Amino acid sequence: MAERTSTFQTDAEPDRDDRITRSRRELYRERLDLFVLTPLRVIWSDWRTRVGSLIILVWVFLGTVGYWLVSEPFPGDGPRMEPAFQSLEFPLGTTIRGESVFALVVQATPAMLVMITAGAVFSVAIATLVGTVSGYKGGRVDRALTVVTDIAMTIPGLPLIILLAALIEPTHPVTVGIVLTINAWAGLARAIRSQVLTLRDHSYVEASRIMGVPTRRIVVDDILPNIMPYVLVNFVQSARGVIFGSVALYYLGVLPFSNENWGVMLNDAYDSFGVFTSWETAHWILAPMFAVVTLSFGLILFAQGTERLFNPRIRARHAETIDEDNMEGHR
Amino acid sequence: MSRYLLKRLSMAAFTLYAVMTITFVMIQSIPGGPEDYIRAQLMQSRGDGSISMAQVSQLAERSMNINPTDPMHVQYVEYMSHMLRGDLGESLHFAAPVDEIIVQAMPWTLFLLSIATLLTFSAGIVLGAIMAYLEGSRFDVGTTVVSMFLNSIPYYIFALLAIAVLAYDWGLFPASGHHPTGADPALSLSYFLAVIHHASLPILSLVITGLGGVALTMRGNAIQVIGEDYIRVANLRGVPGRQIATRYVGRNALLPMYTSLMISIGFMFGGAVVLEEIFAYEGIGWYLLEAVNARDYPLMMGAFLIITLAVIVFILIADLTYSKIDPRVEQEDSREAY
Repeated sequence: MAERTSTFQTDAEPDRDDRITRSRRELYRERLDLFVLTPLRVIWSDWRTRVGSLIILVWVFLGTVGYWLVSEPFPGDGPRMEPAFQSLEFPLGTTIRGESVFALVVQATPAMLVMITAGAVFSVAIATLVGTVSGYKGGRVDRALTVVTDIAMTIPGLPLIILLAALIEPTHPVTVGIVLTINAWAGLARAIRSQVLTLRDHSYVEASRIMGVPTRRIVVDDILPNIMPYVLVNFVQSARGVIFGSVALYYLGVLPFSNENWGVMLNDAYDSFGVFTSWETAHWILAPMFAVVTLSFGLILFAQGTERLFNPRIRARHAETIDEDNMEGHR
Repeated sequence: MSRYLLKRLSMAAFTLYAVMTITFVMIQSIPGGPEDYIRAQLMQSRGDGSISMAQVSQLAERSMNINPTDPMHVQYVEYMSHMLRGDLGESLHFAAPVDEIIVQAMPWTLFLLSIATLLTFSAGIVLGAIMAYLEGSRFDVGTTVVSMFLNSIPYYIFALLAIAVLAYDWGLFPASGHHPTGADPALSLSYFLAVIHHASLPILSLVITGLGGVALTMRGNAIQVIGEDYIRVANLRGVPGRQIATRYVGRNALLPMYTSLMISIGFMFGGAVVLEEIFAYEGIGWYLLEAVNARDYPLMMGAFLIITLAVIVFILIADLTYSKIDPRVEQEDSREAY
């Protein structure tokens, strides 16, 4: 995308008076089209991203609007262990204490979403920073960062997280998210480093270097835009990692039960009935399982499709803009 | 070769050293510190408050190789030298030396994980290659969706469902343990078969939920390689199709998967904790979790250290064999610094 922005800039300069004559509104419309509508169209054109983003949107909806609509479940709200799909009041049945299973799933969603976002942002930010600096700078800095990355990559994540969770007992969803991705950044950092290695010798990067552009600017302007697609795909992947990890650790009871979480539900249902002894009690344990699997399926579909979205060759084929003449004239 | 080997070995040694230091720091950061922890454990077992400072430090010395009265740097050196001698302290919960517990637990985990990793990768690679060969066909589209779906099921959820259906409902597999209770651990065929029978469900959980990801990566790599010019050239030159498939496409599609193999080794060892707990499979992961629940810090740190050591060894093996397949990795370090 660096190529894109740079061509945009060089092309735009001669048209300066043309730009002045055009209204501000037109400019905004063009930007909206380029940065919002076109990606949306590309997302919609691939069935994977379409289905994936719909699933994610449903969960975001449940976690925001649904959270306010569905009232907090209390023991004794309904009959005990009502099976699923019996009444509208308890669509997914009730627990052994008479709480609505659906309400439990929905009430756990916001904390899940916060945790997922925090973990994904943390791991991707660290990975991008370490990967680009290490790959671009080379030499001693690279060697030092590679050693750190390799160590972080070698330490098995889940046992380390379990130890940390036992030591610091994190309760806030943001802290939990960060603890869960404490070394998840390493694999991505290494992958980004090898991408940057191929980019650092491109002619336009070399040109910037000869012109004496400071390293920080080269990394931000020339290198980063090219690896952003890759980073975004991995953002989704590490979000999935946070879901898997958090549910596992809440299920095992390693993380303190301060927030409702699908793993807490799993644990609760498992402690009451074992895995499932009969189909009458199965809904309680199947509901959180279904939640985990659908959300991570949505994320995987999205990630798989996004690779197409960011592949420039495919993108060019798909991206129609609303006003082609305008774009042509501008060019 | 020898320089590369040396570099890899020193890297592995340094990683081990770093992890040992991390466990030391963790023991120091136990809420209240090691002394409080030992005092609490002593009070729990003896039930009175009359514990002398000398007793506390003596027990801390024995269980964690740390004497809280020593200055920090002395503690560190003591701790490290004990670790290097293979003395991992003493578990308070199981009242046994940590290394003894680990020595009898580790083989089970290694057995489980090496089979699971091997199966996941071989099945995933074969499936991915077939998918790439039949790109765009109904089989390809179908298996792609199935692979993505399997990849979105956490292995522990699959494990729970497998226990419910395959173990309880159909009674095909045992739901827990690593060998039949009361069986004589002898080198007999029936014992060996029983062990495999007990390991089937945990292995199945890892393989089924893991192979989709491997297959998708392999498919992507293979399709990309098929599109390269040198494949067309080979075709035009009349290189036999089978040779193109194995030597040209297969090899070049497999090489990038090396990193994902390395990451998945670490991942599998991490996953062992959850799986072994679900199946009550008394491997190293099961002990780690027992130790966490009992706040048995010496065993916790020991198990963590040994799991890491196992990962280091596996990655080292992967690294060294990789350089045999791809000579390029040895000459990676010749870049200019900017």
